[in-house]
Amino acid sequence: MRDGTGRWGRVLVLGGTSELGLAVVDALDLQPRAEVLLAGRDLDALAAAPLPDGVRRTCLHWDATSPGAAAAVTDAATQGGDLDLVVAAAGILGLGAHEDAGLAAEVLMTNTAGLIEALVTLAGRLRSQRHGTVVVLSSVAAVRPRRSNYVYGASKAGLDAFAQGLADDLHSTGVRVLVVRPGFVHGRMTAGLPAAPMATSPEDVGRAVRLALDRGRSTVWVPAALRWVAPVLTFVPRPIWRRLDL
Amino acid sequence: MARLSGWGRTTSSLCDDERVSATDAAAALASAGARGLLVRGSGCSYGDAALNTGGTALTLAPEDPTVHPHGVVVAGAGTSFETLLRTTLPTGWTLPVLPGTRHLTLGGAIAADVHGKNHLQDGSIAAWLDEVVLLDGAGRRWVTRPGDPEFAATVGGMGLTGMILGATLRLLPAEGTQLEVSNQRLPDLDQVMAALDVAARRSRYAVAWVDAFARGRGVVSEARWTGSPCRRSYAPAQHLVAPPVPLSVVTPLTARAFNAAWWRLPGHERTSVTTLTSFFHPLDGVRQWNRLYGPRGFLQYQFVVPDGAAHLVGDALGELTAAGGAPFLGVLKRFGDASEGLLSFPRPGWSLAVDLPPTPGLGAVLDGLDTRVAAAGGAVYLAKDARLSAELFEDMYPRVKEWRDVQTRLDPEGLFRSDLDRRLGLVRRA
Ligand SMILES: Cc1cc2nc3c(=O)[nH]c(=O)nc-3n(C[C@H](O)[C@H](O)[C@H](O)COP(=O)(O)OP(=O)(O)OC[C@H]3O[C@@H](n4cnc5c(N)ncnc54)[C@H](O)[C@@H]3O)c2cc1C
Ligand SMILES: NC(=O)c1ccc[n+]([C@@H]2O[C@H](COP(=O)([O-])OP(=O)(O)OC[C@H]3O[C@@H](n4cnc5c(N)ncnc54)[C@H](OP(=O)(O)O)[C@@H]3O)[C@@H](O)[C@H]2O)c1
Repeated sequence: MRDGTGRWGRVLVLGGTSELGLAVVDALDLQPRAEVLLAGRDLDALAAAPLPDGVRRTCLHWDATSPGAAAAVTDAATQGGDLDLVVAAAGILGLGAHEDAGLAAEVLMTNTAGLIEALVTLAGRLRSQRHGTVVVLSSVAAVRPRRSNYVYGASKAGLDAFAQGLADDLHSTGVRVLVVRPGFVHGRMTAGLPAAPMATSPEDVGRAVRLALDRGRSTVWVPAALRWVAPVLTFVPRPIWRRLDL
Repeated sequence: MARLSGWGRTTSSLCDDERVSATDAAAALASAGARGLLVRGSGCSYGDAALNTGGTALTLAPEDPTVHPHGVVVAGAGTSFETLLRTTLPTGWTLPVLPGTRHLTLGGAIAADVHGKNHLQDGSIAAWLDEVVLLDGAGRRWVTRPGDPEFAATVGGMGLTGMILGATLRLLPAEGTQLEVSNQRLPDLDQVMAALDVAARRSRYAVAWVDAFARGRGVVSEARWTGSPCRRSYAPAQHLVAPPVPLSVVTPLTARAFNAAWWRLPGHERTSVTTLTSFFHPLDGVRQWNRLYGPRGFLQYQFVVPDGAAHLVGDALGELTAAGGAPFLGVLKRFGDASEGLLSFPRPGWSLAVDLPPTPGLGAVLDGLDTRVAAAGGAVYLAKDARLSAELFEDMYPRVKEWRDVQTRLDPEGLFRSDLDRRLGLVRRA
């Protein structure tokens, strides 16, 4: 439970090696002996993921694409106490998925189906705790899919719609949801890709999420200006949008 | 579901709040859900002691207390100190322990083993209890007495051994209708502490207010009952209600100015005669004064350290101001022997309490102080706390191991839960 100075006690990161997920953890004001639970596929990588000094690390096996994983990770994560924060950071970009049916399915199974399954299960626990916060890493791509990776856009649009609905559903239960919509973030996921305009760093995302949490926001765009730019993009006429090489 | 918070209003919590009479208390046990239940008094604890997020927070209906002529009161746990005083004072008796508010309940006073300005001479409330009636987690009704393990676990046990239904409390003769208060204004902390030490031995009641912004200069007040023996009614006046404010009015600037003005008050260098309310419950004069800290609330940091670590009082004041904090008047008390309560806070030494708005970086300063308080054999007061860590709690309360043995016997199913318990891991869970 957050303490009297607002510090977090138990934090679960779905996609425990995610650069953005770890940047969020790094930006948070944590209790000196907070427990950070990292859930993901590769236990060795989770054990090596960088965490702030002093925090206790727990690694949990979770593969978004395997059936039954949601229930198992939820049980494991709530065994040691209440969860104060869940950061849903798992995701794959799946470049070329629009030409590869197998990859397209994997993108949707990871970013959408698997994550939603986990969040449904976890939200049930948070609801009975009557406190807690869920941070969902969506993307600008959810609002305006790009021609180069619209399967990813579709997967994020599904996740984003789910997160908005979850926020409404949990309203007045004591549980809050924050939807994060970063644009292009320099990092592992985007390595080798040409940077889009208004690119940011994982640290920028971490800081923005922390600020939004402190202010009790339900949506945050990174950078903040995207909040105005992204909706404008959705009004760009299709013929022009198609010709923009995004 | 209701949104409840502690007196400091730093955290709010959704709990099922229910009010039951002591006779229906057993039925309430059966209705406890997965998040357990807790009895809440008046919510005068500052942090999360009286919160049970997602679970039930019961309050017990007050009952009319009975005063016996030999100076004993029998009362229900839901009865407030205000009601108790209204009943006892006209018969010539007063309560042996008077914390800084009259709104707390007898149950809350027992669960926190509260102390007053007379701890050095009279101890905490544990020393004045003849019996505590407890309904434990298995539905058993205990009449516990000093010397019983169930008594030692319940007094100071923060509501986790069961529901305190009522108690028999010995009273103190009200030797007068009013208090004769002598004040001394002193220029630095060393002199304040020396004067308080003398005052606490000389007079039943003694306390010091210290200004953290000015080397701990302060005012030492001592008091004793005066006037003809009291046989009069108790009618505390209450005039003002603090408005809700959008931002804390307590900032480093205003706290500094207030502390300085307080120090200069002309009354602070002479002897005067005053009422019980203005000496014991000055803050109760403004209802809901806690709202002045704005929507983010405030913390109270209260610790006790043995005489050998008295320097921690000055260190704390210095570090809190250096870190840009806004410590409002610090309250310094002298403590005497510990009670038998296994989780009781008071122990011989010095106690300092400061109110603090949650400024950035405050958490780290307090963590550092916690470590040194724990290493010195001191403790942070759970009834005020909202942020101590589980690890340091164990060091500060070494008798928690004994407490857990009794607690698991009294509540084998783990029905009683609180947010304080979740944060500090008080109760041992399988
Ligand atoms: C202005 C102010 C001044 C204060 N000054 C002092 C002081 O000088 N000395 C001091 O010692 N304290 C002081 N306090 C703290 C206060 O006395 C304690 O926090 C006390 O426990 C509050 O009692 P309450 O009835 O409001 O209980 P709550 O705050 O509602 O609950 C406190 C604890 O008691 C438990 N509890 C309450 N009723 C029962 C019951 N019937 N059965 C089992 N458990 C129960 C709760 O579960 C919780 O753990 C002060 C508080 C304020 C607001
Ligand atoms: N980077 C950007 O530009 C950007 C922009 C907008 C939104 N986002 C979103 O932000 C989130 C985090 O991105 P990031 O930049 O931190 O990427 P990242 O470093 O590549 O992290 C992605 C995480 O997802 C995990 N993951 C992938 N498939 C999984 C599966 N089947 N089961 C469990 N975990 C799986 C990865 O674990 P492994 O270690 O096992 O691979 C990794 O921990 C993603 O949802 C992403 O879509 C990123």
